Amino acid sequence: MSESKTADLTSVAMTPRRNSRMGDTLAYWMPKLVLSPTLIIVLVFFYGFILWTGYLSFTNSRMLPSYDFVGWANYVRLFNNERWFVSLRNLAVYSVLFIVICLAIGLSLAILLDQKIRAEGALRTIYLYPMALSFIVTGTVWKWMLNPQVGIEQFVRSLGWETFRFDWLVDPNFSIYTIVVAAVWQSSGFVMALFLAGLRGVDDSIIKAAQIDGASRFMIYTRIIIPSLRPVFFSAFVMLAHIAIKSFDLALALTGGGPGVSSDLPAIFMYQMSFTRNQMGLGAASAMIMLLTVVAILVPYLYSELRTKKHEH
Amino acid sequence: MNFRKSMLTVALTSSVAFTAQAGEVEVLHWWTSGGEAAAVSVLKSMVEKEGHTWKDFAVAGGGGENTMTVLRARAVSGNPPSSAQIKGLEIHEWADLGFLSSLNTVAESEGWKDVLPEMVSNIMQFDGEFVAVPVNVHRVNWMWANPAAFEKAGVELPTSLDELWAAADKLKAAGIIPIAHGGQAWQDATTFESIALSLGGPEFFVKAFVEHDPAALQSDTMIEAFEQFRKVREYLDPGFPGREWNIATSMVIRGDAAMQFMGDWAKGEFSAANMQPGTDYLCLPFPGTENMFTFNIDSLAMFKQRSAENVEAQNTMARLVLSPEFQETFNMNKGSIPVRLDQDMSGFDACAQASMDTFKSTSASGEGLVPSMAHGMSTTSAVQGAIYDVTTTFFNSSMTAQEATRQLASAIRAAQ
Repeated sequence: MSESKTADLTSVAMTPRRNSRMGDTLAYWMPKLVLSPTLIIVLVFFYGFILWTGYLSFTNSRMLPSYDFVGWANYVRLFNNERWFVSLRNLAVYSVLFIVICLAIGLSLAILLDQKIRAEGALRTIYLYPMALSFIVTGTVWKWMLNPQVGIEQFVRSLGWETFRFDWLVDPNFSIYTIVVAAVWQSSGFVMALFLAGLRGVDDSIIKAAQIDGASRFMIYTRIIIPSLRPVFFSAFVMLAHIAIKSFDLALALTGGGPGVSSDLPAIFMYQMSFTRNQMGLGAASAMIMLLTVVAILVPYLYSELRTKKHEH
Repeated sequence: MNFRKSMLTVALTSSVAFTAQAGEVEVLHWWTSGGEAAAVSVLKSMVEKEGHTWKDFAVAGGGGENTMTVLRARAVSGNPPSSAQIKGLEIHEWADLGFLSSLNTVAESEGWKDVLPEMVSNIMQFDGEFVAVPVNVHRVNWMWANPAAFEKAGVELPTSLDELWAAADKLKAAGIIPIAHGGQAWQDATTFESIALSLGGPEFFVKAFVEHDPAALQSDTMIEAFEQFRKVREYLDPGFPGREWNIATSMVIRGDAAMQFMGDWAKGEFSAANMQPGTDYLCLPFPGTENMFTFNIDSLAMFKQRSAENVEAQNTMARLVLSPEFQETFNMNKGSIPVRLDQDMSGFDACAQASMDTFKSTSASGEGLVPSMAHGMSTTSAVQGAIYDVTTTFFNSSMTAQEATRQLASAIRAAQ
């Protein structure tokens, strides 16, 4: 009886302190607890499946996954496949043009909009609007516009210019550029928004100081404003690069990889091999090569960007 | 409350009792367009009349690509539908993995081996067991022609490849698009296989597209086939890349184009436009393939079921699919011909009757009946895809015919 009483007393005396300690513990564990489902999902569904795909690429999986190890056979077959090289070449052409043109147009639009013009908000919305469409819609619309029999070519001819030709969509040598056109139309507004935000963040006092020093407007842009947009270039590049490499829906809706396989992209190749042609092993191998391409481009860039930042601060 | 609860129990138990007596068939298919959907609902009511329940599992779009993804996911998770629309050698791929159940009891009691051509029953069997039931037969080597267009240009209907090019020249001169074509890989392959059949005959066709004999793949005949295939391009309109096959058919219907090389599913488009075979449009064998028949057979493969009732229902459906009544209604709606050799053809149109005659004669003599490469009958989807890549790349580039045959042989070897 007396023992339990002392125990009670101590417990009463302890309660406030224990509560605050529990609060500390809770505060310590809560973020981890809340984040853990996301973390688990990311670990399993991204990294887990990347590892699984990597494993499958070394097996003879055809219609369903199998676990018979065949070494590098799938990679050998992949790099003996003419179509794979076509799609790699297309990816190189497409992603370089897409990223460069998007950055150029996005930056120019942003600079022009930044001249304190009237109706800036409305213009900004108009430029940004294509971003609201899905790539499938963009692809379908451009497919009609670029079709020589119903689109731009037909329209210009009906205006009287009978010999006008704009048949990139049906020309195997140019079909990949139609994807660039449509993708640039869709994404440059978004890049503009990024740059515009960056431009607004440039410190006015530096520009004023430069003006007092007698710098021309052109010099202010090339020497001060654009260099200070470096982090924006960085994020825009990272976003555009991953849009380019995973491009699938736009190409499928616009050209279907055609004419022939002339506008094929690695993502289409991977999809067809894995899911319609019962060559899952080969598809997994191509997916791994795509992953390595992304890593090979992004990691050095990330590394250099993040390192310089540490120096500055 | 109590009353409602007991009613619920009664309802539940009765429904359980019902399904316990009669089985359920779940059919995964992509027959979703107008005529096809009507044809499937006939099968549904026939199955229900036998006391079983029908669970429709239609996945629209993508020529079955979406369907196969769903099917694979369900098969791997151990819950496959009782039946799925799978065709050609893919049936064997599924059977090889041990997913399909045997239909031999139905096949024996119904005498399938007597009513089906041997070539067809071979495809439906794996290790001597029937694992799938054929639904219909499409003939692929057709040429659909608009007689008015031919008349306007003053040319005869071609019956050989040389005549075809001569006729095409005159049609072009008369301002008519000679050939309506859609530049998609499977349509390119459909035209290519008909040209190969016309030039090399059935024996060459089988050597190249069924046995993949390297000598046949790199033979002079194959080089010639590629060269003739290239000629097709001269007679197309500039807007052909990526066009759907039915848009190409509508060009023939309107008379903008004179002919199309397409399987007999194109007939549905002509019928829908209220055109009569023989007068408004003509169905002719692809030039040079009169007594040959490239077949494309739709079939339902049967998956292993856990409960005996569902197996019973599955067997019932297999029997009904091959019954003359279903064969007639389904094929009239679909444009194809019945797969039974003893089918009464009196209710069918002239094109279907001509198709059936060739089907019967070629399967009786054993000569000229060949499986379609372009439609997955002759080879696995991997090899088929490899052939697609080469033919469509060749058709859309300036690759030489020699280079194409070399690539064809190496691509097929790599995919095997």
